[in-house]
Amino acid sequence: MNKPRAAGRTVGGLRPLALQGPAVTLLFLWMIVPLAMTVWFSFQRYNLLMPGMTGFAGLENYEYLFTDPALWTAMLNTLLLVGWVLVITVVGGTLLAVLFQQEFFGRGIARVLVISPFFVMPTVSALVWKNLMMHPANGVLAWLAGVFGAEPVDWFSSLPMTSIVIIVAWQWLPFALLILLTAMQSLDDDQVEAARMDGAGPVAIFFFITLPHLKRAISVVIMIEMIFLLTVFAEIFVTTSGGPGLATTNLAYLIYIRALLDFDVGMASAGGVVAIILANIVAIFLVRMVAKNLDE
Amino acid sequence: MTNPTVKRFAIGLLAWVIAFVIFFPIFWMVLTGFKTETEAVADPSLIFSPTLDSYAEVQQRADYFKFAWNSVVVAFGSTLLALIIAIPSAYSMSFLPTKRTKGTLLWMLSTKMLPPVGVLVPIYLLFRDTGLLDTKLGLTIVYTLMNLPIVVWMLYTFFKDLPKDILEAGRMDGASTFQEVWHLLLPLTVPGIASTGLLSVILSWNEAFWSLNLTSSQAAPLTAYIASFSSPEGLFWAKLSAASTMAIAPILVFGWLTQKQMVRGLTFGAVK
Repeated sequence: MNKPRAAGRTVGGLRPLALQGPAVTLLFLWMIVPLAMTVWFSFQRYNLLMPGMTGFAGLENYEYLFTDPALWTAMLNTLLLVGWVLVITVVGGTLLAVLFQQEFFGRGIARVLVISPFFVMPTVSALVWKNLMMHPANGVLAWLAGVFGAEPVDWFSSLPMTSIVIIVAWQWLPFALLILLTAMQSLDDDQVEAARMDGAGPVAIFFFITLPHLKRAISVVIMIEMIFLLTVFAEIFVTTSGGPGLATTNLAYLIYIRALLDFDVGMASAGGVVAIILANIVAIFLVRMVAKNLDE
Repeated sequence: MTNPTVKRFAIGLLAWVIAFVIFFPIFWMVLTGFKTETEAVADPSLIFSPTLDSYAEVQQRADYFKFAWNSVVVAFGSTLLALIIAIPSAYSMSFLPTKRTKGTLLWMLSTKMLPPVGVLVPIYLLFRDTGLLDTKLGLTIVYTLMNLPIVVWMLYTFFKDLPKDILEAGRMDGASTFQEVWHLLLPLTVPGIASTGLLSVILSWNEAFWSLNLTSSQAAPLTAYIASFSSPEGLFWAKLSAASTMAIAPILVFGWLTQKQMVRGLTFGAVK
């Protein structure tokens, strides 16, 4: 596995230790202290509203958690949200990267416009979508539906999850596009030209040259997006507050409800542990993929 | 075969339509900020007489600048801190690599995968007990640690691209590690450091989970300010739009200016 060391000196172990020490120590503390506390609390009876009730709870919190249908709904919602947004942004981003790579008038400006949503804070984009776009009476989408003689959609009550997916995908599609567009720029023109000479059509070129070339970039997009999508919070907080019912409650939002609205620290911590385990399953898989890609 | 000019025109048209559709919500928000409340909820129209009333009113809620100031302090403070901690680390990883370097980098990245929500409760309680709750210092610390892995990662990518000989030469002339970093490495990698810093500022500026959960009145940044519009009060669309425009304008311009450099660092050099 280990490649030979990079050329140059290999100095004694002390200097790297001193230089990396602060960053490594801080990150280690940032990881381990809250993690240990979360695990500890998850085995405690600890409700801020009931200060008298304390002590070791054993697996009680977990028992409540796992028999709570909300957990499974939240988990499913988390995976649905991550899955759909990934599919939309990766497929859409790849197609758009091919499109925006072409020469056309005002390409630079069009590119800047199309990547803009990535820089908009989630709370703002959620509010803009909720009020200006998806509002059932005065929203732009309702107006558009009216123009085409269709019934306006009450997005957040009839299609709550779809609405959240649209908002989150709108924010992350530009990110995927940005990365993939940059990757496209290193695509070898001669190779494409040669393939065209050999009679390959645009579709064949896309599948046999462009897509393999983008493989590493796509894996980077998937990795970075997953880190952020597993914990989507603001978009839900601002628009649906997890509802209607539990329709848009993901794990992040469920723990927020338990911890800060119900004040049940023990239960929230058990939820936290589950979230961490879920994220780690994903992480192990992802880190392997990235490590492999980085070693080439 | 179709005429190449026609084809190119069609491609351009399609790209522009898509760009406009994707940009539309932002465009509409900015536009609505210049309307009156009545116009804002009326049928969509591009024809109206622009007014700055909404901006004036948002500004009159004196607290807007307090939130903006909190955002500035926390975003730039945490970025500066993260850079100070990360530069020596990234330097040593790029120029003094050991067997463990790649492992350390991946481990750092993996701390990003620890979902904030999983550790919300302990951090909340620790902050409550240490008086850091609803303080700019507390939020700065959290953002620093939140962005540290990505900052180290990006700096590592930029530093690694620097020819080793330049630093070697400096060392031959008797430069200490500090002099080497300060007089050689940093000046040579200013663009990389700047774009890393800007990404860190963008991520901190836009962060909403910690800011909504760890601040209430004193230290709340713009993300929390804007979220307060989700209450019925948010029905004032023109004001909401004006405030939103003010909240994202600086960061949007930052993003436009630095998008190219950002990508390279962000992707671990996997995408050139």
